[in-house]
Amino acid sequence: MYTQGLDQAGKSDPAKPGPETREQLDAFQTRIDAEEKIEAKDWMPEAYRRTLVRQISQHAHSEIIGMQPEGNWLTRAPSLKRKAILLAKVQDEAGHGLYLYSAAETLGVSRDQMVADLLSGKAKYSSIFNYPTLSWADIGAIGWLVDGAAIMNQIPLCRCSYGPYSRAMIRVCKEESFHQRQGYEIMLTLCGGTAEQKAMAQDALNRFWWPSLMMFGPNDANSTHSAQSMAWKIKRFSNDELRQKFIDVTVPQAEFLGLTVPDDELRYNEETEHYEHSDIDWQEFFDVIAGNGPCNKQRMEKRRKAQDDGAWVREAARVYAEKKAAASAAA
Amino acid sequence: MKQEWPLYEVFIRSRSGLSHRHAGSVHAADDEMALTNARDTYTRRKEGVSIWVVRSDKIVASDPEESSAFFEPAEDKIYRHPTFYEIPDEVENL
Repeated sequence: MYTQGLDQAGKSDPAKPGPETREQLDAFQTRIDAEEKIEAKDWMPEAYRRTLVRQISQHAHSEIIGMQPEGNWLTRAPSLKRKAILLAKVQDEAGHGLYLYSAAETLGVSRDQMVADLLSGKAKYSSIFNYPTLSWADIGAIGWLVDGAAIMNQIPLCRCSYGPYSRAMIRVCKEESFHQRQGYEIMLTLCGGTAEQKAMAQDALNRFWWPSLMMFGPNDANSTHSAQSMAWKIKRFSNDELRQKFIDVTVPQAEFLGLTVPDDELRYNEETEHYEHSDIDWQEFFDVIAGNGPCNKQRMEKRRKAQDDGAWVREAARVYAEKKAAASAAA
Repeated sequence: MKQEWPLYEVFIRSRSGLSHRHAGSVHAADDEMALTNARDTYTRRKEGVSIWVVRSDKIVASDPEESSAFFEPAEDKIYRHPTFYEIPDEVENL
């Protein structure tokens, strides 16, 4: 689960021209325009490679950090069935992270380097995972809204011009629908329960609605890297287009649940056939991206601890494998 | 920095009768771990009945930069295709 908006986080300018000649760049663009897929060993502009490394690795980090807010409820799921489902979903997120890390590695960056960039804070992950999961209803809201927003973004990424990324996204999208449906089913169950349970569902929607809309990234006018990504067919739709699509499909789902979307200005425009909504608090988005969300510190601490605590296991396995290989070579 | 576990490419046969197909890659300390990691990463929904893993550094690949020269021998042999031959319509079963 992830959406765009991470293309804001890069410090270096990915559109900065590399050492390529005009002819090389034109030939590359011709391939892109013809909808040819670019494969790992094909020639590509440095800026294309940099953009992809940043986007795919940050997408992978999002999947891995995204395990934390949901993992928080694994031991407290309300039934064995819900627990098994949530465990399977969290495992899927780990799997998605691994598909994506391996796609990024085809571009010549090592797994260790990517992890180091995450742990040092150089690489970002999706802002949404810096919000806390305070009640069981949040697990429903995350599956429904956060995975829902992720699907909106990831489906066009299946057609991304970079082959390994596109194939990873196809795999991810096949699994993502289960995530969203299990979340909506949790919401349905709560909304069909006691008044208190329904209030929990409403509270979760209230807290996750705006952060979910922010997942699509800044408004198009303020989206720094969009134009080049669109030209390279890494990105197929703008942030605002995807956000609008998400709102249009999600509002009726909220109505079915009998819940109120926390936006007084939300209304359906019969002419455009789209919902109109009030402005997003972008200051909140930039604060969270900058590291000042409610859980940024906690998420990073937990990830660093996991990395440190596992170090001896990784090292022991490596040394054991070497010894075994040496023994079988000697035999 | 500690050394990274080697990278393995993963190939999966989705059901018997089909050939193995590249699925992605995994890191693992040894061959056996590569198989179980590949299973956990790429077949959580019964996507496979058989897995091959091979160290990525053992794969020999053709160079895309040289691909036009490399595949050139096949360029001018259109007579290898059945449509190259003109057979009168009256002749059947050919």
